[in-house]
Amino acid sequence: MLFVSLISTYLIYKGRSRVGPFPHETWVDPTSGHQLHAILNIPVTSASTFTLLMSSLFMVLALAAVENKGRFPMRTWWQRRLASSKLWLWATAIAGTTFLGFQAFEFTSFVHEGLSIRTNLFGSSFFTLTGFHGAHVTAGVIWLLTLLSIDYKRGLGPADSLKVDIAALYWHFVDVVWIAIFTLVYLIK
Amino acid sequence: MEHDTAHSDAATHAPDAHHEEYHPEWSTYWKVALILTVITVGEVWMYYVPAIVASRAFVPGLLALSALKFAIVVMFYMHLKYDHKLFRALFTGPLMIAGATLIALMFLFGHFVAKL
Repeated sequence: MLFVSLISTYLIYKGRSRVGPFPHETWVDPTSGHQLHAILNIPVTSASTFTLLMSSLFMVLALAAVENKGRFPMRTWWQRRLASSKLWLWATAIAGTTFLGFQAFEFTSFVHEGLSIRTNLFGSSFFTLTGFHGAHVTAGVIWLLTLLSIDYKRGLGPADSLKVDIAALYWHFVDVVWIAIFTLVYLIK
Repeated sequence: MEHDTAHSDAATHAPDAHHEEYHPEWSTYWKVALILTVITVGEVWMYYVPAIVASRAFVPGLLALSALKFAIVVMFYMHLKYDHKLFRALFTGPLMIAGATLIALMFLFGHFVAKL
């Protein structure tokens, strides 16, 4: 409901900003006369979207590794590595952190291009929506690192699968919210 | 691969005492990731083709692809496809309420009025 409210707010304010920069349209700054390009960087956001989608894959593989730990003999080094919950939990946390890095880069470049949370309606609704999502990703990364610390301390096994499953459900929720944001905010002009 | 086979067997075994859910095989997870990537590439491709952007199918097409990705993640990664009907209802019920709230808010604030 929180994200629906934020997405609704973004959509309601879409196209109602009186001054630029704008998400998909060029804009001429009346004070300087400079023409500013559309501010959204689709290639960068596509890369960050891909990273978050892959993090969901890593998360289900981490869960599968925890559930199946000790069930089957792993004969080779490669088999043992692929069945390691630590590997997939690290991969998920790194992918989540990479996504946050993309978001930090995007926010920084927007501010340098003259768009802040106070500039116009687009800036206010955009930073609030994507900022809240980023905060949820940050919480997810902290949760994953907590699971990793437990894994290093005593090892995660089938008895812990429910704990990892709940963390995975949260992570996928963050992913599906981004699927909606990517289309509604970035792609629909 | 032997490793995959081991996990495939695990996925098709009866649920154990600790975890009574049924999860898909590893290969399914990889296929799902590939499908999600292909759909995302398709979405971005649509964004860069002026003829598609100018057509009336652009927004509905993007919304349909987004809904498809959403459903795939929910069904396979969030394993709702394999869960009890109660969990499905607990997820889809609030989701429908959220969707209705979004549409209601859009109407309330006159987002659709200008286009009617």
